[in-house]
Amino acid sequence: MAKATRAAFGPTLLELVDEGIDVMAVDADLAGSTTTAKLAAAHPDRFVDVGIAEQNMIGVASGLALTGRTVFTGSFAVFGSGRCWEQIRNTVCISNLNVKVCPTHAGITVGPDGETHQALEDIALMRVLPHMRVLVPADYNAARAAIKLAAKTPGPFYVRMGREPLPEVYGEDFSVDTEAFANVVREGSDISIMACGVELAHALKAAELLAEEGISAEVVDIMSIKPLDEETILASAAKTGVVLTVEEHSVYGGMGSAVAELLAEKHPCRVSRLGMTGFGQSGNAAELLAHYGLDAAGIVARVHEVLGK
Amino acid sequence: MSTETLRSACARTDDEIALIANSMRHDIIAMLEAAGSGHPGGSLSATDAMATLFFSGVLAWDPQDSSSADRDRFVLSKGHAAPALYALLVQQGFLPHDEIVTLRHMGSRLQGHPDSNLCPGVEVGTGSLGQGTSIAAGMALGLKLDAAAAGTDPQRVFVLTGDGELQEGQNWEAVMFAAHNKLDNLVLMLDNNNLQIDGHVTDVCSIESAAEKFRAFGWNVLACDGHSIPAIREALTQAVEHTGAPTAIVCKTVKGKGVSFMEDQVGWHGNAPSAEQAAVALAEIDAAREQLAAKEA
Repeated sequence: MAKATRAAFGPTLLELVDEGIDVMAVDADLAGSTTTAKLAAAHPDRFVDVGIAEQNMIGVASGLALTGRTVFTGSFAVFGSGRCWEQIRNTVCISNLNVKVCPTHAGITVGPDGETHQALEDIALMRVLPHMRVLVPADYNAARAAIKLAAKTPGPFYVRMGREPLPEVYGEDFSVDTEAFANVVREGSDISIMACGVELAHALKAAELLAEEGISAEVVDIMSIKPLDEETILASAAKTGVVLTVEEHSVYGGMGSAVAELLAEKHPCRVSRLGMTGFGQSGNAAELLAHYGLDAAGIVARVHEVLGK
Repeated sequence: MSTETLRSACARTDDEIALIANSMRHDIIAMLEAAGSGHPGGSLSATDAMATLFFSGVLAWDPQDSSSADRDRFVLSKGHAAPALYALLVQQGFLPHDEIVTLRHMGSRLQGHPDSNLCPGVEVGTGSLGQGTSIAAGMALGLKLDAAAAGTDPQRVFVLTGDGELQEGQNWEAVMFAAHNKLDNLVLMLDNNNLQIDGHVTDVCSIESAAEKFRAFGWNVLACDGHSIPAIREALTQAVEHTGAPTAIVCKTVKGKGVSFMEDQVGWHGNAPSAEQAAVALAEIDAAREQLAAKEA
């Protein structure tokens, strides 16, 4: 059943409490949207709402972490990563605190709220920070696994979640026990489509369409952008020789850049990056993905361009 | 040892604290001269408040263990006063005295702004202004939750901010939050020396009246002469007894206090003394010590 990655946030925090992990969540007036309200309802003493004050959200979360807790922060990705970036850098990352920055509503698929609310830079902002690990789950079960991994691994994490329901790729028992997680979700031989988050399902659909034309596309889920699962990425690139990265994020500094950097250093090959190059606009998620070439048809078109057929 | 026992064990007399503050000033000048850069003005203005806080018996620290579970917490929001913090850690025995000359040198634990991963006794890294009060509020809330679960009194959190620093908007987010959550185990000490890099705070962008601003946000507000140890002690004692709201103590201070040619001089915000200047400063500080010792004898 299609569920949004954000829908996993609150319920997974409840699971972690049941597992005996001393978690708290700090949100900034968006607890209903991020779903941290579910933790607040069940455990009011494990939830703090700072109001519309993202910089204070990060500071308060840091203070709570310094009293021995595992602290998750919410808000929308634009505000929860960008508005408080310097607080994340200078307090959370320099002091290497147990703060998990987990905003929702990332990317173009935020939809009708438009360009002010569509975070297209957050992966870049977070992956440049020392100590910060960056995860972009592709479905509800992956989001649950990402949150659990973040909770059980000391230090700062960024988990990017979205608003729109996404098709299920992973089963309910999916879990990850390594920070550098990438997964070949479909085998192929002509091109490697490396996608993250929302784009994984579109990449899989594109691979089906390409198969009908006789093009064999491998699809790799780059769930961890920092650190990268170098072994899986290099093996796929070596196998197909051509890599296309797809993300609902700027092509500058995001997942595609991270993969391109790795390949340039360790396995130079043809790389093409599909993503956003400017700001978005209002519209529904499907319209916007189609408009910016980030749906299955857009991916297929880019594959044709890259392969010259 | 319990928090309460630690607090009593930390208590010194006013005269003893005056000598501690004098030693801190000596070390601040010595380490800044060795470093060749750093912030004397705001370190010297905060010295008496910090010495009194740590040795008055209102803040618990454990001489055997800088990260003791029973300790109260201190956040130096104005992280550029790191020399004062390092001088204090020497007085607590958490840092060896001969290490102070490594300040700001490659490989030192004594970074230009405090690094909690490197330096024992530093609760959290600071240096980017405006963040300490948020962090302290989060700590105060966490300690209150711990105390509620254990059925004990919460440990206390003290944060020292500069006055120019209050121009950062995040402070007021945190001030609003602390009052809303009735964090009465939180005490903010304002080092009100009225100087910032570009001039007097009242000229650059005035924060006056800070006391009225805190009061309007729902805080308990006290004021004291930030260089009078009995006055600071009295304010701290009243602050920790107040219930239902956090307390701000406006400590009226003089930037560069204790070194005559640095006092109330904007140029001594971020410049280290030369060897000659340091010698003059140290001679003044030593003379003040002799007066203190004579008074005690």
